[in-house]
Amino acid sequence: MSDQVPNPTLFLEKRSYRRRRMMDALRLLPIVGVLLWLFPVFWPSVHDGAGAPEPVAMSGAVTYVFMVWGGLILAGLALWWALEGRGGVTDVKETLERGL
Amino acid sequence: MISVNQLVGVSLAYVAFLFAIAFFAERASMRGKGSWLRSPLVYTLSLSIYCTAWTFYGAVGYAARSGMEFVTIYLGPSLVMIGWWWVLRKLVRIGRAQRATSVADLISARYGKSNLLAIVVTVMAVVGVTPYIALQLQSVTLSLSIFSGPGQDDGLNQANAAFWVAFGLALFTVLFGTRNLNANERHDGVVIAIAVEAVVKLVALLAVGVFVVWGIAGGIGQMMERIDASPIGEWNMDRSRWVALTALSAAAFLALPRMFQVMVVENEDERHLQIASWAFPLYLMLMSLFVVPIAVVGLDIMPSGANPDLFVLTVPLAEGQGGLAILSFLGGFSSATSMVIVATLALSTMVSNHVVMPVWLSARAEGAQVSGDVRNVVILARRASILMIIFFGYVYYRLSGGGAALAAIGLISFVGVAQFLPAMLGGIFWRGATRWGALAGLVVGFAVWVFCSLLPSFGPDAVLSASVFDSGIAGVGWLRPQALFGIEGVDPTVHAMVWSLTLNVVVFVAVSLVTFPTPLERLQGAQFVNVFDHSTQARGWDAALATSEDLMIMTQRILGPADALSLFRTEAQRQGLRGHLPEPTQGFLQTLERELAGSVGSATAHAMISQLVGGASVSVEDLMAVADESAQILEYSNRLEAKSVELSRTARQLREANDKLTALSVQKDAFLGQISHELRTPMTSIRSFSEILRDTDELNQADKTKYASIIHKETIRLTRLLDDLLDLSVLENGQVSLNLDRGTLDDVIVQAVLSAGGDRSNHLQVRHVPIETGLQLVTDLDRLRQVFINLITNAQKYCDADQAVLDIAVLEHGGRVQVVFEDNGTPIPTEARGLIFEKFARINDKDGSGAGLGLAICREIMARLGGDITYEPRAAGNAFVVHLPKQVALAAQ
Repeated sequence: MSDQVPNPTLFLEKRSYRRRRMMDALRLLPIVGVLLWLFPVFWPSVHDGAGAPEPVAMSGAVTYVFMVWGGLILAGLALWWALEGRGGVTDVKETLERGL
Repeated sequence: MISVNQLVGVSLAYVAFLFAIAFFAERASMRGKGSWLRSPLVYTLSLSIYCTAWTFYGAVGYAARSGMEFVTIYLGPSLVMIGWWWVLRKLVRIGRAQRATSVADLISARYGKSNLLAIVVTVMAVVGVTPYIALQLQSVTLSLSIFSGPGQDDGLNQANAAFWVAFGLALFTVLFGTRNLNANERHDGVVIAIAVEAVVKLVALLAVGVFVVWGIAGGIGQMMERIDASPIGEWNMDRSRWVALTALSAAAFLALPRMFQVMVVENEDERHLQIASWAFPLYLMLMSLFVVPIAVVGLDIMPSGANPDLFVLTVPLAEGQGGLAILSFLGGFSSATSMVIVATLALSTMVSNHVVMPVWLSARAEGAQVSGDVRNVVILARRASILMIIFFGYVYYRLSGGGAALAAIGLISFVGVAQFLPAMLGGIFWRGATRWGALAGLVVGFAVWVFCSLLPSFGPDAVLSASVFDSGIAGVGWLRPQALFGIEGVDPTVHAMVWSLTLNVVVFVAVSLVTFPTPLERLQGAQFVNVFDHSTQARGWDAALATSEDLMIMTQRILGPADALSLFRTEAQRQGLRGHLPEPTQGFLQTLERELAGSVGSATAHAMISQLVGGASVSVEDLMAVADESAQILEYSNRLEAKSVELSRTARQLREANDKLTALSVQKDAFLGQISHELRTPMTSIRSFSEILRDTDELNQADKTKYASIIHKETIRLTRLLDDLLDLSVLENGQVSLNLDRGTLDDVIVQAVLSAGGDRSNHLQVRHVPIETGLQLVTDLDRLRQVFINLITNAQKYCDADQAVLDIAVLEHGGRVQVVFEDNGTPIPTEARGLIFEKFARINDKDGSGAGLGLAICREIMARLGGDITYEPRAAGNAFVVHLPKQVALAAQ
């Protein structure tokens, strides 16, 4: 799924280059989401027993989870918006075929 | 207080409203005005059937019991949607390319259209979703029971209520989903009704949430304080559950039959998926936004024994907000009904396509060729399946006692359907996955799920005895349902999920590695995994064996006469035929199979067509063309073939060149032989006569003179021969340099006649009529004269007529000038005509004085001058025609 294509041109015009980096961002977004939502695993919890740090307050936890959520949604929206203006999401292969 | 009867009335009115919407939507769609029905918004909203009554009621209860854990159920799907590019995009593309009607259809299509696999997946799906249906029954029943508070006359019997709810849902679904058998298995009416229900449940939950935050708590700030002060005010997450449930919900989101239905089957446009990739997480976020506040406020103001699963209803009721409570009830009702409709539709499609239809078809000896409309059978099968599935849900509800928390039931279902995921993902990303691998993985995972999750859910001593819980099957300690392999202390849900999926994947991969796929399986595997490379469909049928009439009859029974006729007619038109029966080409058979697959599933459609067409549907060439390695081999062999063709061409050219060289060498040998012969003859006589002169003493003067003149004559002949040879060799090598000069053609001819002895010669009369126009030439005049002299002397030598006459005429037409030398001698024999311009060719040489080089030299000279010389036989005589080059003649004007 990388840019390994037969006879790739070495340099792309700026527009195509930007498009491809946006596609990269699109692909990376869920990984970012997984990492951010994995953080709560490291938070101190009430189950940790005595001697553990103060558990995180629920209001803070709720805020964090929903902030990440909102961030991901906004990023997805922005990428969709930007890519839509550049001909939509395509594969590298399709891109080559359509000469974008 | 609102009575149950009022609620039933409201529900019925709501259902009637949904029916109306569905009805109008389908009518609009039929009239071709349904484009708005297929907007990204409707697609996104239809995905919301993920949020069932479990979400609506259960999430709050879940939050009240376990804090933020409830949110994992929505984080997983959000991640899947945001990462749509990785999996969903491919899944949707494959589903559309293969016209998959269900998860079972997709999996069976991937693994060689195996019906066995389809049946296994169908059974697993029915069993896996049953708890989920029970959950909906339970939540609707519970919500009804809230309104029939204690002491009311219409206080309802819960079991009875559940039965009537089940009955109502079944009726609703049958009426809704199976009114007609859609050719493409898309349900415009259902989808739009679901979208409306999605809005209703979102609005209801948001309304309750807004009321709780601003109406009860008094704003966000106070709400936050209240949250921190509540029993769930501290982070109390079980870490393994946080990770496992997020992964589980992501898996279930992909594998749930109803999600597949709305996400893949009902997908109209792949671009909708990208919009849904952020819009659906937004929907999920909004649905989850007020869950914690409602739970906290519920815990705060409700009595301690109140069921937290019903806070969404009971909180507004406790605050005297009857209208809000009814809206909330409708929201929960919407969640339950939409889920049940789509889930049972998806399942009934699977049951009828993969279980009922194959059995029904094989039970009839005539197979696919039986007459009569199959559609009635299909619809009947679907309706029966819907009733059966809801009945199973009801039975599960009764067996499980209806007491368990909603979330726990939902998770059991999730683990069950997640078992499809390895076969699905393996199928679309790994070409090595085989049918037996998928089957073994599914069965093992399913068995572990039943043992570790489903059966224990009924409680100790219900299905599994308490002793099995404590000490394993037959006392084997490592076979305890909640502590497999002796690993204890794991959360039961995480335990069931981890073990079932792990064993599933391990068995799936291991069996796939050691088994060998069938050709059709490999073909489908390549199509699935490389779906973005192969936009084209697999080629398949050996079309020669099918007849259009048989296909038409079969198609009519599945699609209905009108649709079948229009399909066939369109194809016939496309093929440029008149009438309604197209040629059963391969392409048409594939189209037909996919159309049929839309109605009866790919395995059945495949089986039906193969009954008519018969025989293998995959040729070796197909496999070669699709499989990448094979394609490479093919390409390589093509290259080799091209190379070998090239080589044989070169070899042929070499052979030709060799033949030419051989011929040349033969010619050269002959030439040398000729030359030595030509040289030897005069040399012999010179030697003999010079020896006579030297050795004979008594020679008189006359003899001396005679011998000396013979020697002299032979020397001249030798000299001439050598001159000619030299001349020819120079001409042939192209080394001659032309002395271009200007002159008239007449002058050249006159001079030639004079040089050759002309009229003075003994017996040849040369007749030449000079041309008064004075044709000007620019060429090598000496060489041209040489040609003319040669021709004249030849006539002198060889013309054997009594009154020998040579006519020299100049012809001019079309800018071309020809000089014709025509004599009246014996014509050259036909067989010798081809040779006269060759070296040493002497015909009818009377005295042997010629070397046979004259005409060869003439031809070479004319070639150098850009003209030609040809021989033309005449009735009595011979004619040599000298063609002057065009530019020479043009230059003369």
